[in-house]
Order: sequence, then C-alpha cells, then structure tokens
Amino acid sequence: MSKSMHGNPRTSTLLWATLILATLATWAMGALGETGTWGVAVLAVISFWKGAVIILDFMALRHAPLLWRALTMGWMVVVWAIIAIAYIKGLAQ
Amino acid sequence: MTATTASPASVQDNAPRLAGDLAIWFFILAELLAFGVFFAAYAFTRANNIELFNTEQLELNRHAGALNTVLLLTASYFVVRAVQAAEREASRQCANWLLASIVTGFGFLVVKLTEYAAAFAHDISLSSSPFHMFYLSLTFFHFMHVILGLVILIAMWNGARQGRYRPGDMNGLETGAAYWHMVDLLWLVLFPLVYVIH
Repeated sequence: MSKSMHGNPRTSTLLWATLILATLATWAMGALGETGTWGVAVLAVISFWKGAVIILDFMALRHAPLLWRALTMGWMVVVWAIIAIAYIKGLAQ
Repeated sequence: MTATTASPASVQDNAPRLAGDLAIWFFILAELLAFGVFFAAYAFTRANNIELFNTEQLELNRHAGALNTVLLLTASYFVVRAVQAAEREASRQCANWLLASIVTGFGFLVVKLTEYAAAFAHDISLSSSPFHMFYLSLTFFHFMHVILGLVILIAMWNGARQGRYRPGDMNGLETGAAYWHMVDLLWLVLFPLVYVIH
C-alpha cells in the first residue's frame, strides 16, 4: 500500500499537541510580561514553525511539486522578514 | 487470490502532487498576497507610530486571541483527521470529524464576536485611530474568511454524510480542506503581529 500524503492519525495528533503546547508557551510568555526584543524573536520563530507545520503537513505541501512548496514557504519567509525589518525600524525610533 | 501489482493509482500517490484542485491553490496564493500586503502595511505604520500602537495594543484581549489560536489549530487538526478517515473509506468518521471542526470553527466566531462587542462598547471604530483601523479591518477581513471556510466545511460535511469522499475521489474534500488550513495559516501571522508583538 502506498503511503498517504495526508499522514497518519498518530503523527497528526502529535503535531497538533505540539502546536497547542507552543501556543500555550507563547501565551504564558505574554502573561508573564515577557516581551522585549528577545521575547519577540522567540515568538516570531515559534510562529514561523507553526505556519510551516500547517503548510507542509496539514496542507500536505511536503508532497507537492517543489514550486508550490517554495511559493507558500517563500510567502512566510517574506512576511516574517518584513515584520522583522519593520520591528527593527521601530526600535531605532 | 490475486497477485499484488502496483496499480497506477499507487504509483501516482507517490509522485509529488497538490492536494485538491489547482484552482484553489491559485486562489490561496492570491489570498496570501492580499493579506501579506495588509501585514506589511500594519508593520510599517506601527514602526512610525510605536507609542500609539504599543498603548492601544494593550487594550486587546490577548487571552481571547490565544484561545482563538487554539480553536483554529484544533479545527484544522479535525479537518486533517476527516481527510485521513475518507482515505480509509470511513465516511461516517469523516463526517464526524468535519462536524467537530465546524463546531470548533463556530467557537472562533463566538469568541471574536464577544471581542468586537467589548471593542464597540469602548467606542473603538475604524476611524478612532490607525491602530484600531488596522485591528478592526484585518481581523474582520479574516473573520469573513472563517465564515466562508465554515460554509465550505458544512457543504463537505453534507457530502461526507452521503459517502461522497473515498480513495480516488477525494478532490472536493482536499480542496475545501486546503482553504480551511489557509484561514488557520493567516491567523498564525495575524495574531502574533496585531495582538502580541510589542
């Protein structure tokens, strides 16, 4: 039997649990008042990773032609790069 | 009884392919670009109005935003389980997972509406400040995408109950699932950007 591009329930459940834990971790950081540049950097990295799980695993683009993976992951890279540049610009104010 | 042979379908399954209709992927790209422009506009307007944005951002309910992140991630996970169930020809389970994602998606709308009610009670409007303009327009634009996503999920739930999705006939389900995951993906940028990054 060929392997499904949509993964198996076990892996998906594990990914979901990790996504929820990551969300709770960033929520706790905010609740503890952990902001500042490093807090923002950690938040950005975690958010990027969460987006990558949605794109590669949930949308199954891991098994898509390279062009589509590059377009969607590239979108995330560009968006987060813009957010980072604007944030750094704001710090200089 | 029969010798196992590699069917053309299984060969195709291992070749790279997009899940769902090609058209939905062009649509998703267009949506990502539109939201991307919005995100960039927010980020650079903030860079020039740091104090205003930092002060007014604190008025937002981050807990509600985090709860909505959990709801959308969970709804996406339920949709993945629905697709996996259809692959196993388990139509009933597929329908049940879709129903679970619909309920979770509606939960997002309820949380968002309570947030809007609180904002309007504080006289927050599109014209009250640049931050409020971005907050309301970005989240409402996304809110409408969640509503459309729910309409699609309900249509797929109906289809699944009639046993419409099975291996080799998954296109409709995969297409709708891709749209729903996009709604989730957009929130994963919108929430940290507008509610948290300070």
